[in-house]
Amino acid sequence: MQWQDEGIIIGVKRHGEGSVILELMTKGHGRHLGLVRGGRSPRQQATLQAGNRVDAVWRARIEEQLGTYAVEAVTLNTARFLGVSVALYGLASAAALLRLLPERDPHPGLFEALGVLVDHLDDTSIAPALLVRFELAMLAELGFGLDLGACAATGATAELVYVSPKSGRAVSAAAGAPFHGRLLALPAFLRDDRSYDHPTSAEVVAGFALTGYFLRRHVFMPRGLAWPDARDLFVAQIRD
Amino acid sequence: MASPIGPEIERLIQLLARLPGLGPRSARRAALTLIKKKEQLLVPLAEAARITAERVLVCTSCGNIDTADPCTICCDMRRDPTLLVVVEDVADLWALERAGVINARYHVLGGVISALDGIRPEDLNLDRLVARAAEPGLTEIVLALNATVDGQTTAHYITDLLSPYPVKITRLAHGVPVGGELDYLDEGTLAAAIRQRTTF
Repeated sequence: MQWQDEGIIIGVKRHGEGSVILELMTKGHGRHLGLVRGGRSPRQQATLQAGNRVDAVWRARIEEQLGTYAVEAVTLNTARFLGVSVALYGLASAAALLRLLPERDPHPGLFEALGVLVDHLDDTSIAPALLVRFELAMLAELGFGLDLGACAATGATAELVYVSPKSGRAVSAAAGAPFHGRLLALPAFLRDDRSYDHPTSAEVVAGFALTGYFLRRHVFMPRGLAWPDARDLFVAQIRD
Repeated sequence: MASPIGPEIERLIQLLARLPGLGPRSARRAALTLIKKKEQLLVPLAEAARITAERVLVCTSCGNIDTADPCTICCDMRRDPTLLVVVEDVADLWALERAGVINARYHVLGGVISALDGIRPEDLNLDRLVARAAEPGLTEIVLALNATVDGQTTAHYITDLLSPYPVKITRLAHGVPVGGELDYLDEGTLAAAIRQRTTF
């Protein structure tokens, strides 16, 4: 068995004295693990860091095996991230979400979204909004996508300012007014028309509250998984 | 076929094979050498291992391992009391001590934050670090953590954690290693070296 694919490193785990187990989000093979022999050598260490984009060749005798990776650097993003706490927390948060996906299940849309995210993670003016969008994409891929295009009560497509915590559908200002305290806020930058793309930090925090609510309710709590610390640290950083 | 080696020797080989850097073959060679040099090696090694097992302690102040608590480093009055170096592991502390480049006290975290390894902030020796940061006389904390995603994530977390305390937080420089040739360096290291260039 052998294939070649583009991938973004989302995790590296030591294995034995000199090797590492590499966790890649690949374009055509989804989240895929493999062993890199000699991965802890000084020559390979800089490449084998989470956030880097690599060209990977995976080989195994049979498909069920862990297999081995041979990787070549395409874009070394990690060095840019090391001095930026938001970038590191964002990367860890995105990786924690990607680990919710089953292994070897292709998600080309998520791969593209992750690519955009890692390209801009050290740009604190857009990275938070990109991570919120990434979380929305994750919810959709996990089968819990939010419907933010029209009001669940009236069908209106304008003045959408709430999301129903029960249905995950948008609610217009007029229809939601009587239930204001029970609805989640829909920040303008998440509306389907994307007419407003420069959110304030308060709007981004509202975006994280929205995605966080559904991630907890539909994904982390039913699976009994610990909530990722990195996400809370990321939100705390952008709130400051 | 029965093993040509007695169960005691087989057990010795199995235990040696669990040490870092030793596989079953090298463990056999090591065991054979120990047995051949019984008086010079095997007996003193067994005695040293027994005494270490009896006396080894983790320093309640810094997390270092020693046979005394507080450890020898914490008790050393010649060390600069204004400087504290935070390291991931005792191996890093030993590496800095071998280099002899800093005359400071240390704080061993016992790991770094890693989602993949399931290590969370509460698993690290951070409460004691916060307590030490509040001690009078300390002016600088050096975060000597690995230049990896996990190492630097932990460094940022500690920086945020210690922000209420009036101590200067510094970290190790990233850049060209001694003996490093620019042609062979990765772009990330070169970029870090250019960003952190100093006046010559």
